[in-house]
Amino acid sequence: MSDRTGSTTTPAPRRARRAVLAALAATPLLLAACGSASTGSPATSGSVAASSSPSGAGTGTAAADAVQAVYPVVVKADTGQVTVPARPSTIVSLSPTATEMLFAVGAGAQVKAVDDQSSVPAEAPRTKLSGFQPNAEAIAGYRPDLVVLSNDVNGIVAALGKLKVPVLLFGAPATVADGSVQELALGAATGHAAQAQQAVDTTRRRIAAAVARTPKAAKPLKIYHEVDNTYYSVTSSTFIGDLYRQFGLVNIADSAPKAAGGYPKLSAEFVITAAPDLIVLADGTCCQQNAATVAKRPAFAGVPAVTSGRVVVVQDDVASRWGPSLAQFAEKVADTLAGKA
Amino acid sequence: MLAPGARRRQGRAVAATVAVLLAVALAGVSIGAVDLPFDQVLGSLARHLGLDAGTPLPGVEDAILVEWRLPRVLLAGLVGGLLAVAGASYQGVFRNPLADPYLLGAAAGAGLGATLVIEWGPARFGPLGTVPAAAFVGALVGVGLAYALGTVAARHGGGTATLLLAGVAVTAFLTAAQTLAQQAHSEDLRQVYSWILGNLGTAQWDTLGDVLPYAAVAVALLLGCGRSLDVLAVGDEEASTLGVRPERVRLVVLLAASLATASAVAVSGLIGFVGLVVPHVVRRLAGTSYRSVLPVSLLGGAAFMILCDLVSRTVLAPSELPVGVVTAFVGAPFFAALLRVGGPSR
Repeated sequence: MSDRTGSTTTPAPRRARRAVLAALAATPLLLAACGSASTGSPATSGSVAASSSPSGAGTGTAAADAVQAVYPVVVKADTGQVTVPARPSTIVSLSPTATEMLFAVGAGAQVKAVDDQSSVPAEAPRTKLSGFQPNAEAIAGYRPDLVVLSNDVNGIVAALGKLKVPVLLFGAPATVADGSVQELALGAATGHAAQAQQAVDTTRRRIAAAVARTPKAAKPLKIYHEVDNTYYSVTSSTFIGDLYRQFGLVNIADSAPKAAGGYPKLSAEFVITAAPDLIVLADGTCCQQNAATVAKRPAFAGVPAVTSGRVVVVQDDVASRWGPSLAQFAEKVADTLAGKA
Repeated sequence: MLAPGARRRQGRAVAATVAVLLAVALAGVSIGAVDLPFDQVLGSLARHLGLDAGTPLPGVEDAILVEWRLPRVLLAGLVGGLLAVAGASYQGVFRNPLADPYLLGAAAGAGLGATLVIEWGPARFGPLGTVPAAAFVGALVGVGLAYALGTVAARHGGGTATLLLAGVAVTAFLTAAQTLAQQAHSEDLRQVYSWILGNLGTAQWDTLGDVLPYAAVAVALLLGCGRSLDVLAVGDEEASTLGVRPERVRLVVLLAASLATASAVAVSGLIGFVGLVVPHVVRRLAGTSYRSVLPVSLLGGAAFMILCDLVSRTVLAPSELPVGVVTAFVGAPFFAALLRVGGPSR
């Protein structure tokens, strides 16, 4: 029936085969039935070039945070300059990364509602609000004095603007540094500029340490980042790609033409011949992929990452986390490169 | 019972389509993101067929040819052939040139089934996973609903067009249900989206082996119904006097065509327009007898899909486009032209 030349995978379940045989057996009947006379036969996009610029004095030290920032504060978001008239006390965050950042900068107590995807930190006030299908009325119901978003879907920014609520839109950045700029802006907007600076410094230091402890290879190592098991990947024009670049890794997805975007779908045969030395799987949960399943894919057994054991599973949602958790991600990459994960 | 002239024409059409199919398939296995020398591709193929001719490809390249490209080209051909023959059959049953698996609720039903499983069930892709199974059930439910609705309406005095209208209504309803399900679990949107656009990129020999039995049953049934469909084309009453029972033919063809659609959808996702475009081209080349249209659509659909898949994986190499994008890119303008010119056939 089927040509199984060189097949290395498992045989198909027998039950289905039996059902098919039964159906085949019934075929003549069905043929006869046909007339008496008849015969047989990714993620978000957009980069940020934000910078926080409080209009007035009062930022710079932790003490200043503790006392008070001087409002109004003007911060730069993806939509341009946004004025925050007073220290926000009812913040709604519809972005998992923004939620992490708000808690990291010490504004957690001011956050009153976060979207259903904001799983970090655990104490974040999760609600049924959605960042993918935001509903202006539902958001307004919390009477927020600041809303943070990562996607301007369904004209939500304009809708909230009509309600006179300050909206900060921070989409996925193109670099790790741009992500830090967002965190500083959130700090400034919420009255925690100094703490934001500390948080950003900590993340930056951890990433730098992870990069520093990674031994330099004589020849640059090649990375393949898998978004899902149909070979969607990320290029260096994303913040994840930027992180890999800091490790001195060469991203095989960069061979894809620009028209394919920052998250191209690669050909399996290309991934094999590109011979990546490191494979990062962000499809462990959605698609049950791991080092063993990758090794079992046809012709993958000889890929350097597989032979050297450098195949690592990370969180599926790593592409929507460009805040503090990026440090953990960097450490995991470093561990894998050092052969410790 | 085919006239000698028509039989000769059918023979020529089949021979020509087979030649095109072979040429396209050879191009399909030779061209891709990785350059494989053509003479060595032939050498490797000969070696695997047990012949000793020419130099085969070295290890990894040979594995790419045999484990990735070959099953992918064969699966693309199978999926294209199934969708095209199903489309031709639907057009025959409904005597409507615009009937195709995607207008009759089959695809929408499959989409709903898959979405439900991706979002609430244990989502497993691949052969005999839960996603293909749900798609299969969904396709049958979709067509079943359209058929039941259409038959009831037809009894109240509508023509066969009511069946198609019923299909449109069912499609609208199922698509709305699918969108509703998507809203509830927006975090899985990308996965659903990727599946809806069609995917042949992970085809392996197992995938092919698992869909082939269903495909064989469906194709055998449909090819066997060619003459009945020809008689049916004359009209229900005339068909009855010629000894063909219209309701029964419709039921059998609908079941078999839905099985073909569901098999294709289950392994490749939703790939539109093949079932619509291919049979119409075939009618222009091979005449309107279903005894020609069905087999030539099968072969032509295979060639068309292999070609579309080739385009989808080379135009932006080494990245790929979803194959559904390519088929729709060709299919949609063709559909428009067809509306403008008016169907050349029933």
